[in-house]
Amino acid sequence: MAEYVRQMPETVGSLTGSRSSATRFNIDLPLLFLLLLLTAYGMFVLYSASGKDGTAVLRQGRFFIVGYLVMFAAAQVGPMRWSRWSPWAYLFGVALLVAVALFGVGAKGAQRWLNLGGFRFQPSEVMKLAVPMTIAWYLGQRILPPRPRYIVACLLLIAIPCGLILRQPDLGTSLLIAASGLFGVFMAGIGWRFIVGSLMVTVASAWPAWMFLLEDYQKQRILTMFSPESDKLGAGWNIIQSKTAIGSGGWSGKGWTDGTQSQLDFLPESHTDFIIAVLAEEFGLRGVLVLLAIYVLILLRAFLIGLHAKSSYGRILSGSIALTFFVYIFVNMGMVAGLLPVVGVPLPLVSAGGTSVVTLMAGFGLLMAVSAEKRVVDQ
Amino acid sequence: MASRIALKDAQREQNIYGARTLLAMLVVFSLLLVLVARYYTLQIRDYETYSTASERNRVQLQPLPPKRGLIFDRNGVLLADNRPSYTLALIIERVEELDATLASLRELVVIEASEVEKFRERAARRRPYEHVPLRFRLNDKEQARIAVNRHRLPGVVVDAQLQRHYPHGATFAHALGYVGRINEQEAQEIDGADYRGTFHIGKIGIEKRYESVLHGEVGYQTVETDAHGRVLRVLERFDPQPGEDLVLHLDYELQRTAHNALAGRRGAVVAIDPLTGGVLAMVSTPSFDSNLFVNGISNRDYSALRDSLDVPLFNRTVQGQYPPGSTVKPMMALAGLTEGLIDEEFTVPDPGWYRLPGDRRRYRDWILRIRGTGHAPHVNLNMAIAESCDVYFYDLARRMTIDTMHDYLARFGLGGPSGIDTTAERRGVLPSTAWKRSALGQPWYPGETLSAGIGQGYMLTTPLQLAVATSVLATRGEFHEPLLVQWLGQERQSGALRDAVVADSGHWDAVIEGMRAVVHGKRGTARAISRNMTYEMASKTGTAQVIGIAQDAVYDEDAIDERHRNHGLFIAFAPIEAPTIAVAVIVENGGGSSAAYPIARTVIDNWLLGRAG
Repeated sequence: MAEYVRQMPETVGSLTGSRSSATRFNIDLPLLFLLLLLTAYGMFVLYSASGKDGTAVLRQGRFFIVGYLVMFAAAQVGPMRWSRWSPWAYLFGVALLVAVALFGVGAKGAQRWLNLGGFRFQPSEVMKLAVPMTIAWYLGQRILPPRPRYIVACLLLIAIPCGLILRQPDLGTSLLIAASGLFGVFMAGIGWRFIVGSLMVTVASAWPAWMFLLEDYQKQRILTMFSPESDKLGAGWNIIQSKTAIGSGGWSGKGWTDGTQSQLDFLPESHTDFIIAVLAEEFGLRGVLVLLAIYVLILLRAFLIGLHAKSSYGRILSGSIALTFFVYIFVNMGMVAGLLPVVGVPLPLVSAGGTSVVTLMAGFGLLMAVSAEKRVVDQ
Repeated sequence: MASRIALKDAQREQNIYGARTLLAMLVVFSLLLVLVARYYTLQIRDYETYSTASERNRVQLQPLPPKRGLIFDRNGVLLADNRPSYTLALIIERVEELDATLASLRELVVIEASEVEKFRERAARRRPYEHVPLRFRLNDKEQARIAVNRHRLPGVVVDAQLQRHYPHGATFAHALGYVGRINEQEAQEIDGADYRGTFHIGKIGIEKRYESVLHGEVGYQTVETDAHGRVLRVLERFDPQPGEDLVLHLDYELQRTAHNALAGRRGAVVAIDPLTGGVLAMVSTPSFDSNLFVNGISNRDYSALRDSLDVPLFNRTVQGQYPPGSTVKPMMALAGLTEGLIDEEFTVPDPGWYRLPGDRRRYRDWILRIRGTGHAPHVNLNMAIAESCDVYFYDLARRMTIDTMHDYLARFGLGGPSGIDTTAERRGVLPSTAWKRSALGQPWYPGETLSAGIGQGYMLTTPLQLAVATSVLATRGEFHEPLLVQWLGQERQSGALRDAVVADSGHWDAVIEGMRAVVHGKRGTARAISRNMTYEMASKTGTAQVIGIAQDAVYDEDAIDERHRNHGLFIAFAPIEAPTIAVAVIVENGGGSSAAYPIARTVIDNWLLGRAG
């Protein structure tokens, strides 16, 4: 406690003027500032990536507005209340996943959506927040570090939605959600023996997973990653073209809207999952480092909020949101650069698309709620 | 229970959390470093590689094939031009399923199995994104059918190209040669860069000989394309240099006349302008439509041409080697006069046969079979040429010896390449003791000298060589190498001058007077064509034996298979006082020269008189 009290005057002193209204609405100004910076940068890139299509940018702008509103709304609810709502959100999400399995609509051989009167909705998105929230809720009430049986309970909580999503099939989302839950368990202080043991189990199960669990297209993606040249015009095309786009950007890039790879349609999915290639091509390594810097600052802010959180719930949730956010960044940038297999993971707040924006912003809303709780208590 | 009651130790949890955060941040930062390292590798270390790959993606170098030079006759009649032709081609990289696409295309247009086969061969050695031709010369209907269906056939394109066309196919097939698709061997020999975008190359004849000038220089344009291969804009353009046009010495009218005169026969006509060596007509029959070869002749058509007994693909004018027969006699006579072995008054007794001293064998004169006796009791030079007396020349040959004969005849261009600007020329055979020793490993026999003296035995000449020799006679010794091309672009071509055949003018007069008498003399062997002739020509008939006649057997034309009949030959130049044309005609198995001289008259008439009508 003394630590926080000592820090307070410094931060308050510099920002007192604007603090009052921000504080009233539970807005974490540094985080808001970074997010605005990121979304602005993202829309800039998107304009070029969508072939200088203003309407695409406007549509994404609307998503951002919705996202910011969701964030703002989420920040108004106290973490204790969120904690109580968490299991309900979880049950709701699982019910939706069961509904998807029963009545869902599919595309490209995967059944992931619910059709709600002309509006398509992907319930797995709900679980991206519901799972870490539930883990935080469950472990937040326990004495930490958690005992083994609680850990087993957590693993079950994670396994149910992940199993349902895996069945759709959607390996990428399933793994991401599993990761977000496991991050909560990790942040809660799970013992090293568990971590090491589970890592070993993971490695040992890789072979049977390859043999029995993965679908052919998933195997193909992994194989393609290791040797894109083997199928230049088929599955390898995306990777070759994205690497070419990134590499040809060099240090300073070809200039905004002057990326030949993206402007001439060589780059697939240039405005969605592969948008980092556009950024890398047009703004060069310089632009990539700027983006990473913004991401790092957001991460640092999220970790800081976690460290300063009042409750276990806030801490665990902040940690897993921060780490999940990072996983999105790493998986997306890694896959486009040919480090990881191609899975459908957007670059957070830069790729076009509404669902991920809303989910991510809701997550940041939760972070702000956690951040505000600290201040409320402090004051 | 104990655990439930136990209070959460906030400080401890904070500490654990702090440690975990630190650890997580450590992992996050090391993974971030991995990312940065990866992007650094791609963007800085391997920048060159990817930059080049990106340029290659975007910028395509498109060859602009040059327009092949046109070929005209001496009066500007177009003999070889370029016409737009539409080719069905595939960009294999963009085709979704090759076999299915081929099947669909075969439903739309006729594509033979052999064409598919050739397409697959070409596809195997294509460059990436190259248009691989499948079917050539689409007609309008076929183009339309493909255009309508193109949306469901990705990778299918119709390319417009200029393609060689020979408006007078068969008439000029042997004279011009033809172009055809570049084959694998040629692809290795040519400079690939010069031929990017060009699919044809001269295969034979003038088209091959002048390939380097006819082809021109390839141009390039760099274009920006998108991933679908659509050209967005041209970045740079270097225009191709069209090939040079050729104007030939060949005369369309004369060539056509000669071709028609030979119609239905196997034979050859070569006409030369004696003053320049320019080849005015070069006909070999039967012929073929050279347009068939431009896009790869079908197997059926090719087998028909190849297997025909009449060998239409054989260019008799330069490849056909025939015994010159009596057509060598004027040259023999000039040699004898020059060597002092004969003069105009010198006579030889002619019983119709000749015998070498100390040899019982009789060498017969051709007249023996007809009259049962010789031409006259004593035959002089003029008679010997006009009536083609064999005995006279047996005697001359014996005294001249084979090697002297060889030297004189060689000066007229027999037995060696003429230097003409076409391909596939054969040199013929001009025998000598040295030749026989090296070619057959045998000594020369005196009797063989007699055969050689009347152009039989080992001696073989091409119709072109005979025409050149005639041209040398016409100019009294001037030797222009024969030449088909008169103008190469703006440059006038001239055949090399060889050493002139030097002889006394009196000797020339005597020989040419003899040749005049062949047509215009009362007993000339070709007097049949003198009727209504408004000019004078100097000429010589010839007959080439196809099968050897046994010592006492008689050559009976009717009893002999058509293909074993003698070849008829005729050489002539006209007008005598100022020759403007020298002609050699051969009619295979024509029986005798009577098959050949009417053709020569028709040709010369056309040249000297025919223009009025």
